[in-house]
Parts: sequence; structure tokens; C-alpha cells
Amino acid sequence: MIDASLFSSALTALTPILFAALAGALCQRAGVFNISLEGSLLVGCFGAVAGSWYTGSAWIGVVVAVIAATAYSLILAIGSIIFDGDPIVLGVASNLLAVGLTSFLIRTVFGTEGSFSDPSLQGLGQFGPIPGQSLLVYLSWLAVPALAVLLYRHPWGLRLRGVGERPEAASSLGVNVTKYRYGVILAGGALCGLGGAQLALGSVTLFAENMTAGRGWIAVVAVMLGRAHPLGVLLAALLFGLAEAFGFRLQGIGLPQQATDAAPYVVTLVALFLSNVKRKKGQPA
Amino acid sequence: MSRVRLIAVPVAAALVLGAILLLATGTDPLAAYGAIVSGAFGPDGIGDTLAYAVPVAGMATALAIPLRAGMVNLGGEGQLVLGAISALAVGLYVPGPGPVKVILALLAGVVAGAAYAALAAVCENRLGVPLLISTLLLSYPAMSLAGYLVRFPLKDAGSSLPQSPQLSARLPEIDGVTTGIFLVVAVIAVYAVIDARTPAGFETKVTGWAPRFAAYAGIDRPKLTLRLLAASGGTAGLVGAIAVLGFPYRFIDGALITPQYTWIGLLAALLAGASPLGTLLAAVFFAALTSGGFAMERATQVPRELTAVLQAVLIIFLAATSGVFKRKAKRA
Repeated sequence: MIDASLFSSALTALTPILFAALAGALCQRAGVFNISLEGSLLVGCFGAVAGSWYTGSAWIGVVVAVIAATAYSLILAIGSIIFDGDPIVLGVASNLLAVGLTSFLIRTVFGTEGSFSDPSLQGLGQFGPIPGQSLLVYLSWLAVPALAVLLYRHPWGLRLRGVGERPEAASSLGVNVTKYRYGVILAGGALCGLGGAQLALGSVTLFAENMTAGRGWIAVVAVMLGRAHPLGVLLAALLFGLAEAFGFRLQGIGLPQQATDAAPYVVTLVALFLSNVKRKKGQPA
Repeated sequence: MSRVRLIAVPVAAALVLGAILLLATGTDPLAAYGAIVSGAFGPDGIGDTLAYAVPVAGMATALAIPLRAGMVNLGGEGQLVLGAISALAVGLYVPGPGPVKVILALLAGVVAGAAYAALAAVCENRLGVPLLISTLLLSYPAMSLAGYLVRFPLKDAGSSLPQSPQLSARLPEIDGVTTGIFLVVAVIAVYAVIDARTPAGFETKVTGWAPRFAAYAGIDRPKLTLRLLAASGGTAGLVGAIAVLGFPYRFIDGALITPQYTWIGLLAALLAGASPLGTLLAAVFFAALTSGGFAMERATQVPRELTAVLQAVLIIFLAATSGVFKRKAKRA
């Protein structure tokens, strides 16, 4: 039941969620509530496939995905920072916009409906010692310590957290709050672009309508479960990836697919309960 | 002036952006917009608009109820589907005359949706999981459960699709629109009366305007959360029950999810600030846009997804401008 290929498939399931969850954690730390991760991921998926298809290079596809998702995150950035719009409204709307826009584009650009794939569409291919994993998988793991160091060992991180915790205080110390908030939202968009590229060009090479299927929402949950710390977020995303991969295994012994589909969500919910119970016990009564 | 401008500016901006997209695909924007309007409200299209408006307005109302107190229920999809599958099971297996079965099925839908949403409220009240997260996380297992039931115990043996047999107990139709529309209208009317005329409605609104003041005034938030979520889930379950008791009189896996009723409903509720009448108007407007989109696709070959883009862009512009007006008001 538990072997190397279980972890390999967990890694595959994990990577897009991890990228998006790191994006969410970064935003959370700077006091930006970002629930538009789902939409940014989907735009990243589309950008990756379009870029790879028109240039014949998967890596240009990745670059296009990053640019597209970063540009897309401007909706939240401009809407919430310049116009002071409600981040939940902006997030829900931009997630729906991503579904509509990519479905519109798949029909006008590729001329097909539902999904697009082609034998000559270039995928990311395999990299490194773990079979079946692309370079982006390793990059997502490297991003965890990199963000942890940035947030907790670098002046930028200190200011960023200050912006999140006490914006007025940070501002009075000469920190440009607006600039930091733009920075985290756009960087979050770029991370989601990488996640989208992995999803669309990693283990499969195709674009399908709404192919993110709630992964961006899981990332929002992972940010909460991981208390917006890069390492915590990694553990939360890993828990989810393992539950999903383990679920696939259980299908092999006759459990229906729907039961195993539900498993990651139930596991996450239970983990949230437990972490709350533990925290409550830790507090003096 | 401000209220008119609040709506007119974003609508104009969304139309201009849509026109740019249309020009980019080589279509005359005026022809496309004309096709949307005539498709949505013309003699051939008005029925489609109403048929689509029933689930959208129902879900919009369901999500508006807790939103009025500032609580976001992201689990509408699960509550909707659970209501639908419960109504289906009752309709298939409970004996009795047709009308009794229909009433029992509707009740089953309401109870299932309400209980499931109440569970999410318990998660917040007792276990410290924020409502936003608990509703969302509970939604997926509910959809999986319905997917399982309709593939195995409740499957139509004669079909290879994941769908149930047809129900014999049905809500009648008038010109292709389910009579469930009257139930949805009734729910909205009840919501409007409670919202405007009762202490419960007042407590809800106060909690939405100023949660800390509400707590200070002695409003029991956990109890309110539980009640609002039960009402919200019950309404979502009712919408699901109406859906399976109407054409095609069966549960088809994904049929209530793919059209995005829940998310479009949530947008309508957010757009209207969860006010009962405003939510209804916004939902009907979005339904008209969607059914007009099908007509536009037939007339101009422009993908109907354009209307989904218009909807979302409109909301984004609305969220942005309402922020600006809010800020101006504060300064004044």
C-alpha cells in the first residue's frame, strides 16, 4: 500500500496546490485576503498550454503562464488596493471570470470546446531522480525554505509582516504599505502561474475547462491550516496530496472512487479540528 | 444620483470591455448585444430565462440569507446536491399518491440541506473552524456522496450514464417553466418580510452592519449562525429538490454543478448586498444574460461564454466602484 510510487503520485497532486498555497500564505502575511487563487491557477494552465502550443517550447509556456497569471492577479491588486473593493467579492468574481474567459478563449483561439490537447503539444518532461516529476516540482519544494527565509530572516519579510499585522505602524516607520501589497499579490500570481503550468504541462499535457477543479480553494484551506507559514502550508498541502494519492490506492481494493475523492476534504477538516483543539489546550484557561 | 451611477458606470464599463472582446473576434458588438437582449426577453427566450432564473434566484436567496449578517456560505453546491439527492430518494422509494410524494420530497430536500449547512455552523461554533472554510470543505464530500449514490444504489439500470431513473412524482410545468418557481418566489417573499419586519431580521442586519455592536447588544452569534445557516442550506436543498422534481425528472451527476448556479447566485447576492428584492433582480438579470448568451451563439457564432465574462467583469467593476463611493462617503 505504501511505497515510492505512492509518494510520487502524492507529489504530483501536491505541486499545484503547494504553489497556490504559498501564494496565499504570502498574501495573508501582508494582510491581503486572497481567494482568487483558483482563478489565477486556471489562467496559468491556459497560458502554459497556449504558450507551449504556439512556440513549441514547454518552458516558454511556463513563462507565458507566469506572465498571464501575474497579469490576472492585477484584478485583485487594483480592485482591492486602488478601488478599495471587497476582497471576497473580487475573489469570487475573478474565479468565475477565469472559468468564463478560458472557456471563451479555448473556443476562439483553439476552435474546440471542453478541452484542448494535441500529440505535438510539448509537456515539461521529467527531471531529476524522482520518476515522473518535472523541474517545477523541485522548484515548489525550494520555494518553501526560500519564502520562509524571506519572511523571517530578511528585512523585506519583517516589513511585509509588519504591513500585515499593523499597517498603520508599518506606514509610520516609512514602509510603503501599498507597494508591499502589490508585491505580494503579483508574486502570488506568478506562483499560481507556476502551479498552473505544472497542472497543465506536468503529468498531463492538455487544457480542460475548469481543470483546476477546486485546487485553488484547497490552497486557501491549506493557508489556514498551515497558519500562513511556508512550512505549515507545505505540511497542509502534503497532507492533502497524500490523502488524494492514498485514496487512489484504496480504489484498487474496491472502495468507490467517490469515497476516495471525498477523503482529502474530510482529512483536512479533521486536521483543522485537531489543530484547534490542540491550540485551545495550549492556551492557559 | 449616486445609486444610478453606482450601477450605470460598471455596466457601461463591462459592455465596453465586452465590445472590445467581440471586435477582437471580428463580430459586430451591437449585433451580438442585440441578440442577447432579444434572446433573453423575446417570445422564444423568455421561457429559457425564467427556467434558468429559478435555480439561480433560489441559490442567490439561499446564500443571501447568511450574507445579510456578513456570513459567507461557500458550501451551496453541496447543500444543493444533497437536497436534490434526498428529494430523489424520497420520490423513488416512499409510497403514496403523487402530490404527497412531491411534498415529502420537497421536505426531504429542505431538511437535508438545512441539516448539512447547520453542521458547518456547528464546526464554527464548537470547533473553531471558520464558516467560510467549514462550508467549503463540507461541500465536496456531499457532491461525492451524491455522485456515488447515483452511480450505484440509485442508478438507472437501463442507462450507462451516471443518472437516476425518472421520478413519477413531478412538479408540473407551465410552458417549460417548473411550478417550483412559485416556491422560490414564496421563499423570497418570506425572506423579505422577515428581513424587513421581524426582530430576527433586525438582529441579522445589525450583525451584518456591526458585529461587535451586535455582540454587545446581546445578540447570541452562535445561535444566529446556526439558524441562518439552517435557513440557507434549507433553501439550497429546496432548490435541489425542485430541480429533480422538474424536467428531466431525475438526478444527473454534475447537472446542478456545471451550470454554476451556486456561484452565479452568490455573485447576485453579493452584488445586491443580500437585500431580498435586489438579490432577486440581480439573479434574474444574470439568468437573462446567460440565456441570452445561447441565443447570441446561435445568431453570431460568438461563444456563449462571453456572457459569463460579462457577468464577472460587471461584478469586478461594481466591487471597485462601490469601494470608491464608500471611500468618498467616508471623506465627506
